Amino acid sequence: MTTLADTAIDPPRRFSLGTAIRRNPTIAFGGVLLAILVLVGVFAHLIAGDPLRLSPVNRLRPPSERWWFGTDQFGRDVFSRSVYGARVSLIVGISVAAISCVLGLLLGLVCGYFRRVDAIVMRVMDGIMAIPSILLAIALITLTRPGLTIVIIAIVIPEVPRIVRVVRAVVLSIRSQPYIESAIAGGTKNAKLLWRHVLPNTMAPLIVQGTYVCASAMLIEAGLSFLGAGVPPEVPSWGNIIAQGRTFFQIAPWTILIPGAFLALTVLAVNLLGDGLRDRLDPRLARRL
Amino acid sequence: MSTAPVLEVQGLVKHFPILGGLLQRRVGEVRAVDGVSFSIARGETLGLVGESGCGKSTIGKVVLKLIEPTAGRILLGGEDVSSLKPGAMWAHRRRIQTIFQDPYSALNPRLPSGTLVGEPLENFGLARGAELGERVAKLFERVGLRPDAMRKFAHEFSGGQRQRLGIAKALSVNPDLIVADEPVSALDVSVQAQVLNLLIDLQEEYGLAYLFISHDLAVMRHISHRIAVMYLGRIVELTTKRALFEGHLHPYTEALLSAATAPDPARRKRRRRIVQGDVPSPAKPPPGCHFHTRCPYAIAECRTLAPPLIEVAPGHHVACHRRPVGGGPHPLSTTV
Repeated sequence: MTTLADTAIDPPRRFSLGTAIRRNPTIAFGGVLLAILVLVGVFAHLIAGDPLRLSPVNRLRPPSERWWFGTDQFGRDVFSRSVYGARVSLIVGISVAAISCVLGLLLGLVCGYFRRVDAIVMRVMDGIMAIPSILLAIALITLTRPGLTIVIIAIVIPEVPRIVRVVRAVVLSIRSQPYIESAIAGGTKNAKLLWRHVLPNTMAPLIVQGTYVCASAMLIEAGLSFLGAGVPPEVPSWGNIIAQGRTFFQIAPWTILIPGAFLALTVLAVNLLGDGLRDRLDPRLARRL
Repeated sequence: MSTAPVLEVQGLVKHFPILGGLLQRRVGEVRAVDGVSFSIARGETLGLVGESGCGKSTIGKVVLKLIEPTAGRILLGGEDVSSLKPGAMWAHRRRIQTIFQDPYSALNPRLPSGTLVGEPLENFGLARGAELGERVAKLFERVGLRPDAMRKFAHEFSGGQRQRLGIAKALSVNPDLIVADEPVSALDVSVQAQVLNLLIDLQEEYGLAYLFISHDLAVMRHISHRIAVMYLGRIVELTTKRALFEGHLHPYTEALLSAATAPDPARRKRRRRIVQGDVPSPAKPPPGCHFHTRCPYAIAECRTLAPPLIEVAPGHHVACHRRPVGGGPHPLSTTV
């Protein structure tokens, strides 16, 4: 019996990093870039000095050996501030993506599967989608004390409908698959049907959509901080740094360009990862494993 | 064991609404199944034949309660299940299982085949753990698959093997009736025969009844005991296999048989009766007999009055105004 089983199973393919990178260059590139940025954020306190230390003598110094990315109008090190800014952006991006994926998945599954709930929930989602997300966030933040939590909540609310729509669409298409009917005819009850047959098939599009939400959350956070409606001004976030450097752009462009480049690079990394995953996980494309 | 038929269907109607306009109002309906009655005895195969769109698959799904009937009664072993809500229907599902047309899309691509085949056993609490594995292995063997293939996924099997998986799954909970919706039409002819023979063997072994839906008369001839011919949502002729092939009475049955290729070359010389025109839309079925628009024998009565399905000889039902009265020779003088 064991010998039979052994011959029937294909020998396990050995994982080769080189092959993996060659097959999915965008995933590899985006993933590595994002990993570096995450490491920078996590170990910011080891890499950079105090982002808040003022040094009025050394105001608006251009990039040099001592200040790699120059200093701002208070003599603060732009390198340190940008490195610490990665923390804020990544925390916002990842938590918004995680929270809206969980909420969106639950609502999407329910909407796609129970059609009566769908009519109500989707109208609410349409309503939320009609509100400009930056305005909603500004309104929410002005009503409360500024802080990271409220920024995350303010961005999650407008992002959830996007996830719900994707998950719902996937569930609707899975519902009409013969294997769902086959499972129902075989006596599979609703909870198990959702868990075992529907949920696994929603994972790929959910992950991909999650990366886009992550990228857009980081951009919205930077936008909010730039407008002064994001994290408190003393917290070095990329949006804050750009906002404070705005007035000195002509004499000290590095105060804007450096955090801007960080932001662009991070969003690019996340989007590349998302694009790569979309191509890799799409079941309609040939499986290349 | 009761003597009640495994399945009895009385006046089954299924209309699908056609929604239209800005407010998605009901602007009409597709009469997919329009008053169908039949019954299947224990260990019997009833073939349901007809061209595509005639409602045969809808009957299969309604009988399985995958879709709700508009009207009519469905009796499973004498118990009326037609108005049961999904929760109450669950207990009855063990007795009626199904095999799907496309064995690939009927198997979840993300689960190993053993899990899929054992799922009904698990659902009805009939086996768990090691016993579940053993029973699934036995099922694999019974349908001619190697038990060690349990760990493989659907895409690793050939078409015929996938259909065997479907059969194993249907068989797992020891049902009384299996609804087989075109179970071999997606398979190669050589594989078709293997699968059909497996179905026949299983029927003899377990006393299974089949509601066998197909458009293929050769397949029907191989597996069915009785055959119901459907046209546009109605049964036009229902009789034993022998009577159908050798003494059919309905003009549509005649056309259908004439269009099929005969295995015997000597028979190919017979006059072909190819019906003219297209099948009318089930959204706007013609009044009277649905077939009158294409029937070479239609008379005035056919255009206004729908002929009822009447037993003209023992076990031979036909819905035609020009049927022979009292079982005499048929006015159409059939080809055989």
